[in-house]
Amino acid sequence: MSQDAVALPGEPMVDLALAQAQGLSAQEYRLIERLLGRTPTWTELGVFAVMWSEHCSYKSSRRLLAQFKSTNRRVVQGMGENAGAVAIGGGFLVVFKIESHNHPSFVEPYQGAATGVGGIVRDIFAMGARPIASLNSLKFGDLDHPHTRHLLRGVVGGIGGYGNCVGIPTVGGEVSFDSAYQDNILVNAFCLGLAREGELQSAKARGVGNPVLYVGSATGRDGIHGASLLASAEFGADRDKRPTVQVGDPFTEKLLIEACLEAVGTGAVVALQDMGAAGLTSSSSEMAARGQLGIELDLDRLPLRESNLTPYEMLLSESQERMLIVAERGREGEIQAVFEKWDLHAVKIGELSAERRFRVRYRGQLVADLPVGALADEAPAYDRPAHPIIPPPAPAPVQPRPTPAQALCRLLDWPTVASKRWVFRQYDSLVQSNTVVGPGSDAAVIRIKGLERALALSVDSNPRACARDPYLGAIAAVCEAARNVACVGARPLAISDCLNYGNPERAGVMWQFARGVAGIRDAAAALDTPVISGNVSFYNETHGRAIPPTPTIAMVGLFDGPARPLEPWFKVPGEAIVLLRSGEPRLAASEFQALFGGGDELGPIDLARERALLELLVTLHARGLISSAHDVAEGGLAVTLAEACFNPNGLLGARVALPASGEPWEQLFGEGPSSVIVSLPMARLATVLELAANASLLARPIGEVVALPRLVVEPGIDEAVDALRGIYEGALPRRLT
Amino acid sequence: MKWGVVTFPGSLDDRDAAWALGLLGQEVVQLWHKDRGLKGVDCVVLPGGFSYGDYLRCGAMARFAPVMESVARFAHEGGLVLGICNGFQILCEARLLPGALTRNAGLAFVCEPVWVRVDNPACRLTRLTTAGQLLRLPIKHGEGRYVAPAEQLREMKQRGQVVLRYAAGDGQLTSAANPNGSIDWIAGVANETFNVFGLMPHPEHAVEEALGGRDGATLLRSLATS
Repeated sequence: MSQDAVALPGEPMVDLALAQAQGLSAQEYRLIERLLGRTPTWTELGVFAVMWSEHCSYKSSRRLLAQFKSTNRRVVQGMGENAGAVAIGGGFLVVFKIESHNHPSFVEPYQGAATGVGGIVRDIFAMGARPIASLNSLKFGDLDHPHTRHLLRGVVGGIGGYGNCVGIPTVGGEVSFDSAYQDNILVNAFCLGLAREGELQSAKARGVGNPVLYVGSATGRDGIHGASLLASAEFGADRDKRPTVQVGDPFTEKLLIEACLEAVGTGAVVALQDMGAAGLTSSSSEMAARGQLGIELDLDRLPLRESNLTPYEMLLSESQERMLIVAERGREGEIQAVFEKWDLHAVKIGELSAERRFRVRYRGQLVADLPVGALADEAPAYDRPAHPIIPPPAPAPVQPRPTPAQALCRLLDWPTVASKRWVFRQYDSLVQSNTVVGPGSDAAVIRIKGLERALALSVDSNPRACARDPYLGAIAAVCEAARNVACVGARPLAISDCLNYGNPERAGVMWQFARGVAGIRDAAAALDTPVISGNVSFYNETHGRAIPPTPTIAMVGLFDGPARPLEPWFKVPGEAIVLLRSGEPRLAASEFQALFGGGDELGPIDLARERALLELLVTLHARGLISSAHDVAEGGLAVTLAEACFNPNGLLGARVALPASGEPWEQLFGEGPSSVIVSLPMARLATVLELAANASLLARPIGEVVALPRLVVEPGIDEAVDALRGIYEGALPRRLT
Repeated sequence: MKWGVVTFPGSLDDRDAAWALGLLGQEVVQLWHKDRGLKGVDCVVLPGGFSYGDYLRCGAMARFAPVMESVARFAHEGGLVLGICNGFQILCEARLLPGALTRNAGLAFVCEPVWVRVDNPACRLTRLTTAGQLLRLPIKHGEGRYVAPAEQLREMKQRGQVVLRYAAGDGQLTSAANPNGSIDWIAGVANETFNVFGLMPHPEHAVEEALGGRDGATLLRSLATS
């Protein structure tokens, strides 16, 4: 029989109004009273508010996410841990996950983005894996808006400031700009780690009586209610949410990485978990819940950064660079010695118990006594109403229409299309000495030392297509991520997804979300790339205006041999340029459409052909038949051809003729479904065309690579390549310096 | 040759330096910042990173690490010391090299391959190169703008202590070729006795053809055979 938790002097009286102020609904508050058979204490109310927040409980998405298939013969760990894991052969696993940090980055861009990186990195080494590569996906408003420039500088500075200082290379990513994100930017951070098979760490508590150790930074008041009030609610007029943003300390994180991995090496660690969103509360109760155990915490032992923290604040603080370890009883000294070497705290703050209660003591008094199940798996889950949204009609064509050359130049100067060098040169992409292909290519490539293996990494989204059709748009994002990986010659392996949507309490947003999940489910199944980890970010809206549905897909691919990646650039004058396609391009949801209007609806996507295209690319590369491959993405074929001429070892040109049929816009600037341009020696043309035909893909020789650096595309483009590159490279610096 | 790579808390390229030296067939041991001995090494490497977080001034804390007492004694006795990036900053803070490294002129971190010109091919860091030879090496730093008082700089040049300078692909000292605003395009320097070297570019990240070329190996092999 458990005694009741007591209120401390000076604490507020708990009632419905107070619960609602913390983000709980009336229905949820009544459920809490029923579960406890009494009124919760102020401390307990705070615990419920964060654990039942959308951010921690996935209450609106949990049932839909169950559709994802997260297993195949390679998957070692699917959903349910800090990150997923996939076998890559040779006795090694890759562990990876993508996560959002959208609202904090809008409120305080440098620290928001920095702590986003810190959080995802902790999820990876919590699995016992050494983090070896980072990516990010960033969405901003219009770059010509001064606030966007402020946000971009802050976010890029924060990602670099943190990532560069923890020694994990940022090897790629995507950045795009659209006024739809003006008041709600997206910052999605991805990290991948490497672990040996059989040495994966778990966040599942085991062993009654095992001690619970607190390691890393001391606890302060920062980030209280980040999960419940910042991540699980819309933005309103009141933007003063800065106190809910945490502050990062990458130096401590670097020490924490080394100390945790060294501690795992002792064999004395039973379970390891990041204290991320909802801090000590979620990390401790989730570990206990996974292990079907209870946990007892003594807050008097907590390392504190400032005095006079209340139990409520200690439990809810989101101070950064902290982890929780369950140690094997009697071996805590081994772990403490490691942390001492790295000058970090490692303090026993509690232990596991058989009774499934979350019990917290402070100054000898019981301040929280809650059933563990109610905080985790038994938290509310909703089937929220969903209703289709009819997308607005396609924009009318802007008159007069530009010439093809004018359109190409405008697109190369368009921030979403233009070179992102200004961004990625601020990231250390080289540390750890594995980066074969860094930022700026279709996919990044990193080798695995001592193993004849390499990985290809890409992160992609297609919000324009998602806004027209959330199902097709999600499929397009999965296919593009897979295609980017295949364009460097790797076979797509598995996915982590970050699902960014508006307020799920609106039926239209819930419908978009459900359709997006269905699209990812279907595409992932068709391409045999299971979704092994991910994150849902709802409430991405300000003043009632939601962002376009933005499922971001991080794809990891594998080279079965050593890394000999294909590059996107043309290599040899006289080689043939061949366009490989799975369907006809459309202007719908293209960057051209965003600038110049026109176009109709999205075309269908044939997933069998998408898969055939991926396999064809891998085969063409494995057999050494092609010299380069480049995905046709934002800006369409004309932009892709221009980029392929920008060989950093010396500019080349191309002479291309497209079939004259009606208006040239679709052929030149249309996007999706999938297209790739490859270059190859003329002597291999017949073989490549035959292989493509056997795969039921459209393959058309469209021209040749020439030594004279001019891009000539019939109809309508005849431009000097160095001038085009000047526009492409200058677009961001011109706006930012 | 036996090399020691120092790990300070916050060192990041320590493993990379050891990896690169290993590829070149060198014997490498790890040195810990709290240690006082140098394990009998022939050359000490202070690697890149953010020692102690570099929250004060880059390298300002690391110079007080216990191991630095031994490194200073070793250097004064003629021992070979190489500081790369943060290691260069630490050596300047420790007064084992002249000058200082300040915030990049562009006020942002820069990670990219650059051309570096050998201005003094006669020292132990560059003995396998020729005067004016161009090396392709990556830089990655936010505080690599080299500065020194005019008088000191004049003396350094006279003695040949300016070993490496940033340059364009044709060897010219153009403004575009200076990635951080360093005075006189200085990328790497030696002490007066030419046994302590510091450079901002990372030779350890240019030792494999598939990962940025092998020009860094030329510098490391120069030291190894000196």
